[in-house]
Amino acid sequence: MNVIIELEKPLLELEAKIADLKKLNETQRVDFSEEIAALEDKARQLKQEIFGNLTPWQRVHLARHPRRPLALDYISALSGFTELHGDRLYRDDPAIVAGYAYLGDLPIFVIGEQKGRDTKDNLYRNFGMPHPEGYRKAQRIMRLAEKFHRPLVTFIDTPGAYPGIGAEERGQSEAIASALKVAAGLRTPIVVNVIGEGGSGGALAIGIGDHIIMLQHAIYSVASPEAAASILWRDAGRAEEAAQRLRLTSDELFEFGIIDEIVPEPLGGAHRDPERIIADTLGATRRALERLVRLAPEELVDRRYEKFRRIGSHVELAHDSAAR
Amino acid sequence: MAPTPQWLRRRTVKPEPAGDVLWEICRSCGERLYKKDLAEKLWVCPRCGYHFRLHALDRIALLADGDFQELAALLATGDPLQWSDRMPYAEKIAGDRKKSGLLEAIVVGLCRIDGVRVGLGVMDFFFRGGTMGSVVGEKVTLLIEEAARQRLPVVLVTASGGARMEEGVIALMQLAKTTAAVERFSELGLPLITVLTDPTTGGVSASFGFQGDIIIAEAGAAIGFAGRRVIDQTIRQKLPEGFQSAEFLLEHGQVDMVVRRSELKGVLGKVLRFLAAQAVPA
Repeated sequence: MNVIIELEKPLLELEAKIADLKKLNETQRVDFSEEIAALEDKARQLKQEIFGNLTPWQRVHLARHPRRPLALDYISALSGFTELHGDRLYRDDPAIVAGYAYLGDLPIFVIGEQKGRDTKDNLYRNFGMPHPEGYRKAQRIMRLAEKFHRPLVTFIDTPGAYPGIGAEERGQSEAIASALKVAAGLRTPIVVNVIGEGGSGGALAIGIGDHIIMLQHAIYSVASPEAAASILWRDAGRAEEAAQRLRLTSDELFEFGIIDEIVPEPLGGAHRDPERIIADTLGATRRALERLVRLAPEELVDRRYEKFRRIGSHVELAHDSAAR
Repeated sequence: MAPTPQWLRRRTVKPEPAGDVLWEICRSCGERLYKKDLAEKLWVCPRCGYHFRLHALDRIALLADGDFQELAALLATGDPLQWSDRMPYAEKIAGDRKKSGLLEAIVVGLCRIDGVRVGLGVMDFFFRGGTMGSVVGEKVTLLIEEAARQRLPVVLVTASGGARMEEGVIALMQLAKTTAAVERFSELGLPLITVLTDPTTGGVSASFGFQGDIIIAEAGAAIGFAGRRVIDQTIRQKLPEGFQSAEFLLEHGQVDMVVRRSELKGVLGKVLRFLAAQAVPA
């Protein structure tokens, strides 16, 4: 169960009450405007109380909120999106959507990790967990972007690459490793948007780029909190503790120099104003691309190299006696 | 094994012997083996052929002809998350250093393998499960950059549980960093050969592990993206026989060859000579 849904319940109830009252106000003779103003005040206060100071674990759930805008919501807001299917090798993976579209007048290729809206949709999308063929489709689209000199825009939203028998048999490691390699050397601009959950190598596979944008309440981490807890302590039940320790929020990632820009979300999360969030994210993408398309491909790739080259934290010891 | 080479004698720290000083039990057939014999047999069970996990320094001694010029030997983690759970990350690292005799989970340097000069990186599973954090990412990158400067092939021997959780997203980004180095190196027409040993999973298999031009798996090694435990928990069905073994990967087209430890150096030498003949214009 998503903890945010529990948290926001009283707020939603209050907002429904306000809406009812406003309707009454229009149709009845009695003037409810004072009551409405008072309730709106209360709603503002309640919203601040609920969302003003979220814990990392609550932010994980906000990033997974069932009404949060998904990759296709952003992609559909572009003009003339045409979906391109398949890896030409095995099958089409619905957990990754890809194709081309126009961002304003700019022709771009897009790749997004797509979760489902409901249970049925989630079974079809495999909960946004791609198989190797998804990452191979992504590689195909990356190469098309390079060949036709179109920028590439990606949308990250996955708990991770799918851990299953078929995925292993068909080379999940190789598919991700190759996607990383293609992106690292791609001679066209890449803008990455972390819109929901950025979980592990499965997220990073479409996460190498020249400008990394992250939504305020998205998360991005070496592994989902559940997987991290299971790896660290053999206990997925300690996910909340892992979420706290992993430093997976946008402000922390910005501080680490992993991401370049944060798109602020309304209090309560992106799903409370999806249109604005989608417009703001695409606007930020557009601004980054306008700058990046001016760079020569060689310079672009060199700068990308330096961007990732400097990430890390190490010290040089005086002597290996430290190993004693 | 051959007498201790000079480079190994220069190292001041030796790994602490784990378990029984004299005897080792084979994990596969349960045979009780005399450690000194086992070391001479390259840590391969003489009864069933099980390949024990090898310390990085033993692996280097096995592969390098004579001298090994270590690079970036003194790099240590900066603990970017200031991580602490049952104990501080720094304390875990101190324990790993004792256990492995190493400062980090990989040793990189320049040497010859069967006469061919190469950049060689060897991971050590006994150090934090061979996980990749800042230092492993940096050392792999430095090795590849140095090999590129000297126009040398690179051999990476992997043994890793993946990205290091205690360094969070910084560890994840080491996949991107090392990949960028491999990509640039590859553009120069230089060969990268990876040797996947037991176990190689997660962020290491999903980055340079499977980015080799030639990928060699050591006999019996467990290799995959997701660990067995994660797959078990996710799909809750019985895994096929030999799932994620080197032989399974060969059958599924994921690796070029499966090689026994005793033949590894010879095979590497042959592959290197074939590829390096073109890759190293005078």
